[in-house]
Amino acid sequence: MYEIISSVKRDYIADLARQEKRADARALDQYREVSVETGLIKSAQGSALVKIGNTQVLAGVKLERVEPFPDTPNSGVLMVNAELRPLASPTFEAGPPDENSIELARVVDRGIRESESIDLDKLGITPGKEVWAVYIDLHVLDYDGNLIDAASLAAIAALWNVKKPQVEGWTLDEFPVLKKPVAVTVVKIGEKLMVDPSLDEENVMDARLTISTLEDGSICAMQKGGVWCLTVEEIKAAYGLARAKAAELREHLK
Amino acid sequence: MEKPEKLIVDGKRLDGRGPEELRPLKIQAGALKRADGSAYVELGANKVLAAVYGPRELHPRHMQQPDTAVLRCRYNMAPFSVEERKRPGPDRRSVEISKVIREALEPVVFTKLYPRSGIDVFVEVLQADAGTRTAGITAAAVALADAGVPMRDLVSAVAVGKVDDTIVLDLTKEEDQFGTTDMPVAMLPRKRVITLLQMDGSFIEEEFERALALAMKGCEQIYEAQKQALKARYSIKPEEG
Repeated sequence: MYEIISSVKRDYIADLARQEKRADARALDQYREVSVETGLIKSAQGSALVKIGNTQVLAGVKLERVEPFPDTPNSGVLMVNAELRPLASPTFEAGPPDENSIELARVVDRGIRESESIDLDKLGITPGKEVWAVYIDLHVLDYDGNLIDAASLAAIAALWNVKKPQVEGWTLDEFPVLKKPVAVTVVKIGEKLMVDPSLDEENVMDARLTISTLEDGSICAMQKGGVWCLTVEEIKAAYGLARAKAAELREHLK
Repeated sequence: MEKPEKLIVDGKRLDGRGPEELRPLKIQAGALKRADGSAYVELGANKVLAAVYGPRELHPRHMQQPDTAVLRCRYNMAPFSVEERKRPGPDRRSVEISKVIREALEPVVFTKLYPRSGIDVFVEVLQADAGTRTAGITAAAVALADAGVPMRDLVSAVAVGKVDDTIVLDLTKEEDQFGTTDMPVAMLPRKRVITLLQMDGSFIEEEFERALALAMKGCEQIYEAQKQALKARYSIKPEEG
């Protein structure tokens, strides 16, 4: 998935970062333009298209009756899957999911699961026999950096888009979605931290830290990535940024 | 496994530890004959082996990089390592863990010294009781050193979490399953910087900061044990006879 980046460009972006500047003239704590459109896909029970700059991720929620897991006989099942479609980038290849798409799906999954954003206990049908499964499928359409934030926002927007599900045998009044976890990815380039990395910034970053927070500012999931390290001060600063930016992004979920 | 009523009674955990105590830790450097470097780690009931092969010629050749070695990691759980038999082979969890282990180790390895080559790290979990990725990193760092791979530092790792509203070090399987929060951390001990940080559950700011500080304290203890293990293997013993 890593693109080859020329050393001229690498030095340029690193130099700019040193001066607290970015190639697209954004501030270090500024997102590209964010948009969230919901309900575009009629065949899904919930859907959302999120754009962050040129990056586009489409999330669809499907509900199906399945057999429960033996250890939770009366709880619904949550499944998150991510597809890095080859139409989204010259570096994506067709075939089984690679580690990047698996990481993406699992980071989005943890944000939703660990915050208990869906009340899975309400999704039982017949104990031990049948429960509702919530499938969240993330379709990456255009990759220009910061997939994790776009995919997380798309997933939670699609979940909130499920109103009264139009599926046969649906018994509840409402779809039991309760919270709005929002993931914010902070990358480190040299000594500087910035949010919402563009593709070029992602390619030259030293490390990234994704922090999913809830409305009250508490953390529900984290994931560090990249092949360099973060100091404790940087981690704390990233948390501050994540909280502030999550509040901004959450505005798009209204 | 039934959920116990309480995971902490009178400030003691179910296995008798205090909140900030590690499980018994044993590290052996050089546990395998054929590998270029290896290590065996026991942390409580966890039994983890790590082996390093390389730097060696990298195959497939299209993966070779003209300016650097490629570090590859495979984390694998033996089918018998968990309560219910795990289906052999990679699943989504192990693919993700392999990726984060690689990213946790890569900062210490001087990969630029070995263009076109590969360094393979294999982490094999033989018996699992929560914290296998961190035990795997601890073992892999010792195995890399045992293989003679030039490194900036070791990497030490441990998980912290929140159980019954208490911040605890080094969670067991029960504490992981029924506790609120799990946060694996890996650190370069000399520079005190973080190379792996994952978390799921719930932390408010103050809890997070305390947990991170506790994890780093735990990593320091593990670092000492790693150094001891390497010294035990490589210190020059007085001549016999």
